[in-house]
Amino acid sequence: MAESVAQDHIRPLRATGTRRRRAGRDGKGWLFVGPFLAVFALTFLAPIGYAIYLSLFREQAFFGGRVFVGLDNYLDALQDPKFWEAFGRVAVFLVVQVPVMLILALLAALAIDSARLHAASFFRIVIFLPYAVPGVVAVLMWGYIYGNNFGLAADLNDLFGTSAIQPLSGTWMLPSIANIVTWEFVGYNMLIFYSALRTIPGELYEAAAIDGAGTFRTIRAVKLPALRGAIVIATIFSIIGSFQLFNEPNILRTLAPNVITTYYTPNMYAYNLSFAGQQFNYSATIAIVMGVITAIIAYVVQLRGSREAL
Amino acid sequence: MSTTISPLRPKRSRLLTGVMVVYLVYTLVPLLWLLLSATKTQADLLSSPGLWFGRSFAFFTNIKDTLTYNDGIFLRWLGNTVLYVVVGAGGATLLATAAGYGLAKYKFAGRRAVFAVLLGAVAVPGTALAVPTFLMFSNLGLTNTVWAIIIPSLVSPFGLYLMWVYATDAVPHELLEAARIDGAGEVRTFFTVALRLLAPGIVTTLLFAVVSTWNNYFLPLIMLSKPNLYPLTVGLTQWSNQATGVGARPIYNLVITGSLLTIVPLVVAFLLLQRFWQSGLSAGSVK
Repeated sequence: MAESVAQDHIRPLRATGTRRRRAGRDGKGWLFVGPFLAVFALTFLAPIGYAIYLSLFREQAFFGGRVFVGLDNYLDALQDPKFWEAFGRVAVFLVVQVPVMLILALLAALAIDSARLHAASFFRIVIFLPYAVPGVVAVLMWGYIYGNNFGLAADLNDLFGTSAIQPLSGTWMLPSIANIVTWEFVGYNMLIFYSALRTIPGELYEAAAIDGAGTFRTIRAVKLPALRGAIVIATIFSIIGSFQLFNEPNILRTLAPNVITTYYTPNMYAYNLSFAGQQFNYSATIAIVMGVITAIIAYVVQLRGSREAL
Repeated sequence: MSTTISPLRPKRSRLLTGVMVVYLVYTLVPLLWLLLSATKTQADLLSSPGLWFGRSFAFFTNIKDTLTYNDGIFLRWLGNTVLYVVVGAGGATLLATAAGYGLAKYKFAGRRAVFAVLLGAVAVPGTALAVPTFLMFSNLGLTNTVWAIIIPSLVSPFGLYLMWVYATDAVPHELLEAARIDGAGEVRTFFTVALRLLAPGIVTTLLFAVVSTWNNYFLPLIMLSKPNLYPLTVGLTQWSNQATGVGARPIYNLVITGSLLTIVPLVVAFLLLQRFWQSGLSAGSVK
């Protein structure tokens, strides 16, 4: 991105007359960008502003009406054990699931790109396939598979004559959710990595071969550096996704209502505060706190990713 | 796409292929389970092994029942989903294409600010916006209308990013200059010259916008309370919820068959449009 902008600036200087005409024409850029920005303002900026406004007020239970309370809602949120329990859960999820998923995706991309695989393009399309499955359907499907009624978990238990496999129990719920998310998104991330690998110029491989680099040396010296940008982007998207975790636990909740609480993830907490508890102000506060934390972490990852070599 | 341009042309490895087959099985088993389960009656679901057929073959009965249950509400949900996808994803692609082109090919004051604002907004969890968006739309009287789903679907920051990167390389300045010298206005130049060059990027953006609209669950869940406005995703979970609680009427076979029917259009679209979106994605991932 930065590169292309820079290229625009290195264009040869023009006569001043042309320049003036260009400036007038370039103003027309707004013609193309304007419509997008208008909808963007309505659906992104306005809700953020409104959420900040809401978070500074509190509804009066008895007298009615709205009272300005400054940062009190934020102080409450920071001391709210339910919020921190939910936050801790997605943090654990993030630290375990995201690396597993991205490493699987990376290995798959390297394998498919290696030219050592039989039927590589078949693998590529099949592994990507779950991305085309709506998240809701993926959760319903896995939820039934996990279940004791007609799931594969029940089949396995019958087969071994135990009842040890209980994916929907308290201990296993988070790994079970992680499995669903991994199943859904390995293919998508694989494709991002694979697309980046395809852009490596052939000369680099030739140079590596002349230097006597073997397969793994080539991966380390040529392929991984080329993947850095893609890895940073995939990591940021995955972090945002983890902190937003909602669909999977919310749908599984009907199958395991005693395991998944109304504050299982921060997003479920915010949702239930609003729609079950009518606590819109506090719900907006939770949403903003999560937004700020996500933005900070995404920013740090981006900074580290663009500075450090892999 | 062809195989890697490696000067070594390494030998194909059975071990590597074997390892990948294991992952392939993991990917396919749930889908196979879904396909097999869609052929079973409710009784067979409970009594037969998950990865084999049941006693009766009820695939076509299941499809018929899914489409006609509750006066054909499934078809209604399908129609709603198609509406949200066509208007929402179509509009999102149009807006992202125009904006990406504008940002790539015009230099105007505030362009950098646009980039900064977009980047910042993308980092904010989309679901965190849902509650305030719901309250705003509720004040505007938009909840429980199709606009509550369509308007937020019109913005795709990822699509904008993709089109921006794509337009930078795909549309040469010289060609635009030539069109201008011929006297074409900016808008006409966009439609007659640029759009054709942007086609692979547009297909990619459209496909990903279609996926996110087709799969949209959280937004309709909070915005809509009338079942006849539901998209497939919310409708299916409602059917699934029917199995628990007071007066439970489980219709597992319909949820499963409905799920299968929901997957098919997207899978077909991805398979048919493979060439386009894969080339569009590689362009987007360069930067």
